[in-house]
Amino acid sequence: MSNLFDLLVAGLATGAIYALVAVGFTLLWQTSQTINFAQGEFVMLPAFLMLAAMHAGAPFWLAIILGILLSMILLGLAFKMLLVDPMMRHGVLPLAIATMALAIGIKEAVKQFFSAEASPFPSIVPTGDISILGHAVSLQSIGVLVVAILAVLGLTTLLNRTSLGHQMQAAAQNPTVARIIGVPVERMILLTFLINAFLVALASLLITPIYLAKFSSGEVLGQAAFIAAIVGGFNQVRGAIAGGLLIGVLDNLAAAYVSTQYRAAVPMIFLIAVILFRPQGLLGRAEERTV
Amino acid sequence: MKSTLLAGALLAFATATSVHAQAIKLADVAELSGGGATVGTNWKNGIDLAIEEINAKGGVLGRKLEVTHADSQSNPGVARAQVQKALDAEPYVLLGPGYSGSVKVTAPLAAEAGIAQIMGGEAAELTQAGNKFLFRTSFGQQSSMPKVAKYIHDEMKAKTVAVVWVNNDFGRGGRDVVVKELDRLGSKVVADLSTEAGQADFAADVGKIKAANPDAVFVYLNEEESARILKELKRQGVTAPLMGETTLIGQKVIELAGDAANGARGHVGLTTDAPVDLIKAFREKFSKKYNYVPDHNGLKGYLAVYMVKATTEKMGKVDPKKFADTLHGLTIKAADEPGILMDVTFSDTGDIDRQSFLVEVVEGKQVVKQVLPKVK
Repeated sequence: MSNLFDLLVAGLATGAIYALVAVGFTLLWQTSQTINFAQGEFVMLPAFLMLAAMHAGAPFWLAIILGILLSMILLGLAFKMLLVDPMMRHGVLPLAIATMALAIGIKEAVKQFFSAEASPFPSIVPTGDISILGHAVSLQSIGVLVVAILAVLGLTTLLNRTSLGHQMQAAAQNPTVARIIGVPVERMILLTFLINAFLVALASLLITPIYLAKFSSGEVLGQAAFIAAIVGGFNQVRGAIAGGLLIGVLDNLAAAYVSTQYRAAVPMIFLIAVILFRPQGLLGRAEERTV
Repeated sequence: MKSTLLAGALLAFATATSVHAQAIKLADVAELSGGGATVGTNWKNGIDLAIEEINAKGGVLGRKLEVTHADSQSNPGVARAQVQKALDAEPYVLLGPGYSGSVKVTAPLAAEAGIAQIMGGEAAELTQAGNKFLFRTSFGQQSSMPKVAKYIHDEMKAKTVAVVWVNNDFGRGGRDVVVKELDRLGSKVVADLSTEAGQADFAADVGKIKAANPDAVFVYLNEEESARILKELKRQGVTAPLMGETTLIGQKVIELAGDAANGARGHVGLTTDAPVDLIKAFREKFSKKYNYVPDHNGLKGYLAVYMVKATTEKMGKVDPKKFADTLHGLTIKAADEPGILMDVTFSDTGDIDRQSFLVEVVEGKQVVKQVLPKVK
């Protein structure tokens, strides 16, 4: 058990990324009843946008800014206006299928225009270790964890402590009443999409130095985040965060203490158990449905 | 006027059809996307370069070579479907795939069609099943792993070894042979870790290696995963020497892993850094054409086509049914066919025998430390 601490830190760092991505699932679900099955590809794409900027000669810091801005335009604004809004009229299922098609489209486009091969990606966090409680912990893990926690804290502060956040929540909970009391619902929904795009771009920046930039890297990430969102509670931001951290840690502990061979199965088994015994997720809210 | 034009068009069509009919058709099925994209892309580019060269010099027995490329998506099921489709077009020789798992499921199809399959898979079992149509472009694990185990035991003086392998046909085959050989030599395997193809997070695996505290670590994963585990090994401060095979110290791995690749050692059947003039020339031509330095898969694809050329010229005719018979037991000398790069002999099982190299990554570059002679 001597390396339990290392496993926990590494698991929390990976889990924090899952949490960032999972939060996007819950945000979009709450505001527009959208399940975005391209969420994993949304994490993959910003890294390539940043790489493209660097190939064009931009320094890393500028590439990051450009990548985040472009992500917000493409994965926030354009995604909402060109795909979600037109498809929403036809219901949730056609929209979900459309996002699956979008995932394939993004993957194939990246493969076509960049490469099918993986590319290295610079890290915003320096390599090296620091000593915590006598354990050498990598700066990269700490950095990923800290940035992800700050992003999530920023988001929860925005949602719970600001007027803008309250308007967003009102728009999510009851758009009709929100409109009556003067909340600009459409603008709030758009803001949610932009926040999701910012979070996936941030996740991309943090995870790609470890996972490498590859057109298919969103598959694993999207799946893990989706599981995290369901496990935590699809309709609660705090649930998505808890689910992400839990899946990250569980994956590492399962690999170390159960079996590396069956590590991929452990989160799935956990997911099935949660669905069976607590369908709304660990921190989710049971929703009533009128029939 | 109209009739003249029509006659001209017919003549042009007839000429084009005739040239097309004379071309020797090769079919390539490779990992052009998915986890093996690096493997397949290098393999394909090597093939295209060789064909371009051969055709520029008049082709084989006066006939041009043509190749069709199909993407297996690094998936054995897709590979099988693509090979079936390729064989329906009755190619002269089938090239690829590169993944052992894909070779395993496609080899029976090529054998049934009586078409020789020149592939890149390294799993030991591939050529041990009695298939008379399967040929390697690289060493099988039964040839390379004993050399690896001997190096770990004799040169690294490792009494305890951690073995990390990818849980597919390629990884399992290598793991089985190396563990057996280490045991025979007296080095104890203190950690035996299977990992998944496409795995991103190696923190737990490296944690287990650290806990086992071995004298050496043998890493046998695909290229991208090799890069990820090298970074994680460095991140967690594992200082035991690292030994692998070609996939640990390939050019793409070095590019992806950066500093973390420094110090890793490996046995390679082929490397573009080999102190061999013909390989140096290949590296230069390839880099000029594709703007990057190829890994061993580029070499494998390239010499696969030259295997076709040398064998066909040995037969003096294009005969797909006799191709495999001719290649068995054939020695091709680089002096006679420079495209083969090194003197090579093919056994009755389709295995290959030639020089190989022990390589270490030093400051981001492969450095050949030893040249190992042909076995026979």
